[in-house]
Amino acid sequence: MFGKRLLPLAIATAVGIGLTLALVFFYAPNDADQGFVQKIFYVHVPMAIVALFGFMAAGIMAVKHLRTGDQRWDMRSYVAIHMSIILGVGVLVTGSIWARAAWGHWWVWDEPQLVSFLIVFLLYCVYYPLRFSIEDRERQARYSSVFAIVAGAFVPLNFIAVRLAETFTHPRVLGTTAGGMPGSMRFTFIVALISMTLLFITLMKLELTSKRASDQLKRLRRKLEAQAASA
Amino acid sequence: MIRSAGAILRKDLRLEVRTKESVPAMVLFVVVVYVLFHFGLDRDTLSGDLASGVLWVTLLLSAILGVNRLFAAEQLDGILLAPIDRTAVWLAKATALFIYLVAVQIVAIPAFALLLLGPGLDPGIVPILLLADIGLAATGALVAGLASETRARDLIVPLLLLPLLMPVLIAAARATTPLFDGPDGDLGRWLGLLGLYDLVFVLVSIAVFDYLLED
Repeated sequence: MFGKRLLPLAIATAVGIGLTLALVFFYAPNDADQGFVQKIFYVHVPMAIVALFGFMAAGIMAVKHLRTGDQRWDMRSYVAIHMSIILGVGVLVTGSIWARAAWGHWWVWDEPQLVSFLIVFLLYCVYYPLRFSIEDRERQARYSSVFAIVAGAFVPLNFIAVRLAETFTHPRVLGTTAGGMPGSMRFTFIVALISMTLLFITLMKLELTSKRASDQLKRLRRKLEAQAASA
Repeated sequence: MIRSAGAILRKDLRLEVRTKESVPAMVLFVVVVYVLFHFGLDRDTLSGDLASGVLWVTLLLSAILGVNRLFAAEQLDGILLAPIDRTAVWLAKATALFIYLVAVQIVAIPAFALLLLGPGLDPGIVPILLLADIGLAATGALVAGLASETRARDLIVPLLLLPLLMPVLIAAARATTPLFDGPDGDLGRWLGLLGLYDLVFVLVSIAVFDYLLED
């Protein structure tokens, strides 16, 4: 009764990630400027895109929660932010490795996407202390949803601000070779993006299922204890 | 709604005039931070982007104090039990914070010119300050509301407020740099960004504040 669609989804994700790895290592050509190192792009960028969309999707789920009062939407919004934060750690780590390999520094401030991502990440980290320092269940859901909406609206605004502020001194991958990415790179990137999205959805479903199962377990146990006490 | 907002605002301002809780503390804090920067940077005068950065970081940090105190009275006197539209509460709080910030800056900006600023003060800073204050006030009142029910309110407020104010810092600091003898910049772009920020956060606050402070 739990996680009915979880198995096919997990299989699709595993196939997708296997295919992505095969394409990254055996099909996509080495980048003309950066060589082999550039292949981290197929992990880093899809992770960043999926995490940002996860954050914004959490905002939409939060709107649904406030509109309908249905607690399940709050749970979905929470899990979406949780998974995006985990991906966010991956984004910052892979971005840092890439920066080190390509430009010789572990962190570069004139890479607007990475800097805006850091700001967004720092903001979303506050979701946990905010959520868990409110005790009342209903109020916790409501305040968390308001946070998710405000932060969701902040994400694009922040990107505009940081983009305007940074001067573009570093070459970006999408523009290095004249006319954008060659077709084989673009194809690999799209496959990588799809498998990362699948991974995100699978992890979200898994977490939601396990939360629902443990909730039900708690409820059944309480019932059993009540029965035992009355008998 | 405007009437109840006006009533809360009058109450807040009267309270502030009588108790002098927020504004004097914020002014004092600003001057202390100037002195900190003087010793921390080991400079007698600042100009250009350094001056603008020091000024704006100080102003944003001082805003935290105001935001932290914004709902202090409500927690004691239980005004939130009254059936007032929550958006009116937000409007009153944001306006009060805006007035506090302007009051603080009337002292803080000349004090900055006196203590740290190398070049003279350019009146062109006024529109930048006002646009930034609208954004600070809107976001500050929203964050104060968000943090009002948490156990660690004074911890949540700065953690939440500072990342949210990053676009304000970027735009305001960049816009101020040329006024302090820095390299010329695109003033229109930064004022536009401040205006966009103000608009987004005023609209978002009006949209979501109804769900906060319900009791």
